[in-house]
Amino acid sequence: MKTQNLNGAKLGGLEKQTSPIGGSAAAPEGTRLESMTVRRIMGTEIEYGISVPGQPGANPMVTSSQIVNAYAARPELSKGGRARWDYEEETPLRDARGFTYTGALYDPAENLADEDSGLANVILTNGARLYVDHAHPEYSTPEVTNPREIVLFDKAGEMTMAEAALRAAHTPGIGPINLYKNNTDNKGASYGAHENYLMSRQTPFADIVAHFTPFLVTRQIYCGAGRIGIGQDASEHRFQISQRADFFEVEVGLETTLKRPIINTRDEPHADAERYRRLHVIIGDANLAEYATFLKVGTASIVLSMIESGAFDGTLGIAEPVAELRAVSHDPTLKHKIELRNGKRLTAIELQQSILEQAEAYCGADADPDTREVLDQWAYVLDALARDPMELADMLDWPAKLSLLDRYRERENLGWGAAKLQAIDLQYHDVRPEKGLYHRLVARGKMKRLLTDTEIINAMTEPPSDTRAFFRGRCLARYPSEVVAASWDSVIFDVGADSLVRVPMMEPEKGTKAHVGELFERCEAAKDLLDIITAD
Amino acid sequence: MAAKDSGGQSQSQRSRQDADAEATEAAVDPEIAERHEAITEEVDDLLDEIDEVLETNSEEFVRSFVQKGGQ
Repeated sequence: MKTQNLNGAKLGGLEKQTSPIGGSAAAPEGTRLESMTVRRIMGTEIEYGISVPGQPGANPMVTSSQIVNAYAARPELSKGGRARWDYEEETPLRDARGFTYTGALYDPAENLADEDSGLANVILTNGARLYVDHAHPEYSTPEVTNPREIVLFDKAGEMTMAEAALRAAHTPGIGPINLYKNNTDNKGASYGAHENYLMSRQTPFADIVAHFTPFLVTRQIYCGAGRIGIGQDASEHRFQISQRADFFEVEVGLETTLKRPIINTRDEPHADAERYRRLHVIIGDANLAEYATFLKVGTASIVLSMIESGAFDGTLGIAEPVAELRAVSHDPTLKHKIELRNGKRLTAIELQQSILEQAEAYCGADADPDTREVLDQWAYVLDALARDPMELADMLDWPAKLSLLDRYRERENLGWGAAKLQAIDLQYHDVRPEKGLYHRLVARGKMKRLLTDTEIINAMTEPPSDTRAFFRGRCLARYPSEVVAASWDSVIFDVGADSLVRVPMMEPEKGTKAHVGELFERCEAAKDLLDIITAD
Repeated sequence: MAAKDSGGQSQSQRSRQDADAEATEAAVDPEIAERHEAITEEVDDLLDEIDEVLETNSEEFVRSFVQKGGQ
């Protein structure tokens, strides 16, 4: 089924797979991962809320496709025919615990959304993927190596969505479509903001479950996006810290759309599976605030590094993670005490402080600058949260949103059930600069930023330089007519020969600018490039 | 399902207390009074802007934001 996505006839005669980008003659296993750093291969994928004003019944698969196709009309994406997604290596039903799921709840055809089912997909010149997943437009960042670049490409995704909506609105026959970078409609539906972290295959999965869970349950205190409404259908009108907390029902599992687990077990590395696993984290909120995203992925990467080297002793295990996840989210005063397995009770701040202390000890004084910055900001926000979360109204999403809501509520004397407040909650996430309330705060200089708009606009088209996303993005930019398909770990060319040429990229840190940048300047045609990289 | 409104939270109560304390202080220090006034004006300005950009019919806007589930 997968291979039919390509020009079927030619694929039958697929040429021998070339290997220069993904050669397995790499550094000895684990060398990079042993260093105590926040740096690792990572990325995010965000499903956006989609709405046609006045038409709640509009088919979201159709409107999401309109969004993606509108963006695909950009000159650099439309000049050579659109490259398709190569599903060759995708196995979303493989479970990290060692078995492949065969249950009836999952429909692979539904999971592998693609053009054959009429859903749009476009691979961008920055190495990102913009496509329709389920009933939402989704943006997957290219692979990057550090948290700052996650913020950069995550925000580039947001701008991409804003531009896509603008382009759609100017397309004849398509009305206005609004997009929201949030995670729930407050009527029972939730959609994801996922993170991906490449890890050493050697780390036992049980260690990840044991030590990553307490971190995930409590990190919402700095990366929650805020929500009015308790319960999946928001039937109780009250503010909570996280958009997603009420939608998680089990501790560990493979599902992503129902019975969502705190630790997701999908084992689909998009890389050499002998060496790597890709930890698929599904529990985060979509963040607008740059520092919230920075901390979300930065702290996670450090904690995973510690798990990989066995730094945790297990004393932070939470007795009932799912219940505590909600309890923490439901208490914006941050006073709630979490019960640990050993009977101790800690607030989320205290638990995070304990992880941070261990991280400081683990990383040491000689942490690299990227790691240092995460540790310093982590310490700063935990201290500020302990004093008064509203001190972070200029830095993190939920305090920014709660601050707006509190002021508005007081001036208008409104209860939490007021439609105006719910509208503010929703419109905080509107991607349009002139309408989104987060963006209005930024325009007033009320939010601390890590990046400039110029950097973000540049990242909409320029790939990161130090991962295989560079190769993918440059191939699409340089040889748009010859690239017929691509995926996270491949680029497939049609250079006029009898068969297609598939370049596998099983090593995410190969295909970088340092590695192949000069080739793109030298090679006028894709054929020249292929001649060189397949020569040895 | 019955909607419940829990009313104020201790969070906002605390910020109100802070505001009250500031107001008392402001009465004795004209510099702080001026700064306080500037902040209040700025907040008012921000809330006015929210009123301007907020979708016109909040109730309809919120009700019609219906999503199919996702991941």
